[in-house]
Amino acid sequence: MNAPDGLRLRLRSFASSLDPALLATLGALSLVGLITLYSAASDHPGNFGGQLRNFLIAGAVMLVFASLPPRVLTRMAVPVYVIGLLALLAVLVAGVSVKGAQRWLDVGFTRLQPAEIMKLGVPLMLAWYFERRAGNLRSIDFFVAFFLVLLPVALIARQPDLGTALLVLAAGFFVIFFAGLPWRWLVGLVVGCLAALPVVWSLLHDYQRSRILTLLDPMSDPLGKGFHTLQSMIAIGSGGVVGKGWMQGTQTHLEFIPERTTDFIFAVYSEEFGLIGNLVLILLFFALIARALTIAGHAATPFSRLLAASVAMILFTYAFVNMAMVSGILPVVGVPLPLISYGGTALVTIGMACGMLMTIQRHRKLVQS
Amino acid sequence: MKPLRNPERELLQFRERLVAASVLVAIGFLILCLRLSWLQLVRHGEFLARAEQNRIALVPVTANRGLIKDRNGIIIAKNYSAYTLEIEPAKVEDLDGTIDELSKVIEISSRERRRFHKTLDDYKHLDSVPIRTRLSDEEVARFAAQRFRFPGVELRARLFRQYPLGETASHLLGYIGRVSPKDEERIDSFSDPNNYNGTDYIGKIGVESSYEEQLHGTTGIEQVEITAGGHPVRTLTRTPSIPGNNLILSVDIRLQELVERAFGERRGALIAIEPATGDVLAFVSKPTFDPNLFVEGIDPVNWDALNSNIDKPLLNRALRGTYPIGSTYKPFLALAALELGKRRPESIMYDPGFYSYGGHVFRESGTKGGHGAVNMHKSIVESVDVYYYALANDLGVDAIHDFMQPFGFGELTGVDLEGELPGVLPSSEWNERRFHQKWYGGETISIGIGQGKNAFTLLQLAQATATLANNGVVMKPHLVKAIEDSRTAARTPTTTAENRRIALRQENIDIIRAAMVGVTAEPAGTAYAAFVGTSYKTAGKTGTAQVVGIGQNEKYDERRIEERHRDHSLFISFAPAEAGAVPKIALALIVENGGWGALAAAPIARQVMDYYLLGKDTTVPSPTRTSAHATVAAAGAEGN
Repeated sequence: MNAPDGLRLRLRSFASSLDPALLATLGALSLVGLITLYSAASDHPGNFGGQLRNFLIAGAVMLVFASLPPRVLTRMAVPVYVIGLLALLAVLVAGVSVKGAQRWLDVGFTRLQPAEIMKLGVPLMLAWYFERRAGNLRSIDFFVAFFLVLLPVALIARQPDLGTALLVLAAGFFVIFFAGLPWRWLVGLVVGCLAALPVVWSLLHDYQRSRILTLLDPMSDPLGKGFHTLQSMIAIGSGGVVGKGWMQGTQTHLEFIPERTTDFIFAVYSEEFGLIGNLVLILLFFALIARALTIAGHAATPFSRLLAASVAMILFTYAFVNMAMVSGILPVVGVPLPLISYGGTALVTIGMACGMLMTIQRHRKLVQS
Repeated sequence: MKPLRNPERELLQFRERLVAASVLVAIGFLILCLRLSWLQLVRHGEFLARAEQNRIALVPVTANRGLIKDRNGIIIAKNYSAYTLEIEPAKVEDLDGTIDELSKVIEISSRERRRFHKTLDDYKHLDSVPIRTRLSDEEVARFAAQRFRFPGVELRARLFRQYPLGETASHLLGYIGRVSPKDEERIDSFSDPNNYNGTDYIGKIGVESSYEEQLHGTTGIEQVEITAGGHPVRTLTRTPSIPGNNLILSVDIRLQELVERAFGERRGALIAIEPATGDVLAFVSKPTFDPNLFVEGIDPVNWDALNSNIDKPLLNRALRGTYPIGSTYKPFLALAALELGKRRPESIMYDPGFYSYGGHVFRESGTKGGHGAVNMHKSIVESVDVYYYALANDLGVDAIHDFMQPFGFGELTGVDLEGELPGVLPSSEWNERRFHQKWYGGETISIGIGQGKNAFTLLQLAQATATLANNGVVMKPHLVKAIEDSRTAARTPTTTAENRRIALRQENIDIIRAAMVGVTAEPAGTAYAAFVGTSYKTAGKTGTAQVVGIGQNEKYDERRIEERHRDHSLFISFAPAEAGAVPKIALALIVENGGWGALAAAPIARQVMDYYLLGKDTTVPSPTRTSAHATVAAAGAEGN
């Protein structure tokens, strides 16, 4: 056997070790995403080509991560978290402001958004921490974990980037939840937050209150902040059961849907493919998340299972928050729809996450205990 | 033991958490499914309608306004298309700076600049205000080349209203102007207010206003697909506009011009009516104004000039000027005496030159010694005051009121113009209501010569004269004869049916008519000089109305009285007035501060008759006023 043959063999065995169910749902969602983007970006044809390239890069990243053994991920956890934290501090000190928010770090050849690192950096870090504490879990460990989550969340919230902060918080919270946060703590946490609301509310200025109120009820300002939500609801509702047809959405093509290639692309899809299309899409996301949870269930190590489970719930959070926001049941926060929204960074992050799922699945526990 | 068991317990707990998470995911997606079903099934219709509403803009297509023509088809109001330069104030930060820059490209006078600011102040809701109108082709080209420098400044092709005869007939035509908030209230009262979407101009006064809905036409609609930014993508459907109807006036605009020329610089009013139909042949109020000034919003200089002018050119004297009508009232009083049996035509009274009532002496004006023996015929021909002092006393104010009311004195005529005033036809009941005073018999004496509390419009006097000429048949006067469909040219006449008939005996009417012919035909007649040598017979009556109260014992000296305190000069007439002839024209006119009726007013009536009956225009070559003055002076004075 010569060298190329050996490489081919190894590649073949690597490919056959990848989870076909995960690959199939990812492929189907990517297809839906590209078809929708083609329509949404019909007036900017360059976006479609750009997104194709993003998919190639994200796919490559996914395969790289899929090929890494989980123990490499374990070793990466602390450095990634620390670097992310330092970068967030750097943003605070010397970040670049865009549209009033200081989120970007200029590193010479490009600009980075360190908060993006933390979307996976926090779950990695927490999974690593809980693996180290496995078997000796104490109450204090949950406090430490919350501290590890809240530190970057606070820094991101200060930029301010409330949307990303909440997503990072959710990602960290899911790891803590899967690590075994006692139910009564959970209940106490929820009750405590609710109890604190009136106190916080009384401390706010009037203008802050009115901003929160418009965030919660966009329809109170249909021409201003509520305009986006109203227009996307009109797009969704007017799509009906079967939709207006691909490339036929009037709300889309006459530019009534804001951010229609990115955060609001779900409105484009809903308008053109209707309720039937929506049910298919939700089913695909459900399949993806269910598969990820199954992978977590079969994971070999505490690190792997915590990471896989939190990745599954991160995907759920993104998909749910985005669709709920576009259909008007959650306030508008900047969350893209995984695999559908235009944008390279988010795709690459999803590529990494899915690569992690794949390597965890490759190194799953072979014998059920 | 414990450390070994812990990992297993943790794994079990993890599996339990996975189930909990799965439930959370399922609930989350179920909520989404319900939400989407709600939007896409239950509320689909509502949102589809809103999406269509978003997508489709209804753009009104303004209809061409109808033309206004005179009874012979001469066009007196039309439309022309021209380029205007308009500024959208919302899009321009520094208006004055922009106008300064513009004026380097296109000439903008300070007057236009002031007009722009006035329009801006008057109509705050306008989104586009014209700064220059009627740009030449060269100016259009010059601006187009520099357009990029002027965001918020637009070149627009618009239809404009034009009144080609300028000041002629402005009081009856009126004008159109920008729709004001007050006009919007009016539009709301129209049968279809939506027809005014996209309409910038509306009739403000005159027939332009009273026939607004006829002239306006039906606004068309274009359905245009637009983007969220408001940019049109394509036209979906188009309902064309239907141009407004043309108005065919009953007015003979050449006659109108002739009358306005005959008045010259003098103030006054003249209404000529075709007795058989109620067609208003001429409707003059002098001075006039140029309605073209108002169309694009009048500039402050012209506005002040018109508004502060002591001659009040904006006052419609024919419609809204109320005057005591002086001796022109006498034929109607004489008719009342005949109809009510208070006088027989041949009964004679002696005129000593004065009339006493309750210790008060009412003098015969004009003639010192009185007219001697006077019958009814002579009382009209020579305008004998004493005859009517006595007659008024015998009739009493209420009998006079009841007889005169059917002729339309003190009543709105219902002419097709807005703003008509009713004037006053006094009665004892009215006096008590108005002044909380009893009517004194002495006041009735003045009524006999058309003075006192009488206040009629010239339109009422003209209508009453036409009714007399029409043997008591009342025709409602109208300025618009027919409505013409601008596409088919089919004409729909406005009503010319008999309005009502006053029960009068024909022999009595004939007596009055003969006496009125005597006024112009007999050498002793007060208007003999003015009508000398006509080939037709004219029934007429002169009148002189006091402007300033002059004590009955004072002498009226025209030379010593300021021009504006001089008496008003009146004349009523109809012709041809031969026995059995059907009069073609009846008129009433006033020359304010013109002095005696025979002097100023009667010659104008002669010119009208000559033109209307014979086609002779005597206004152009000879300075009629002085010649008339001379002949009248030579022929002797008129009585009042």
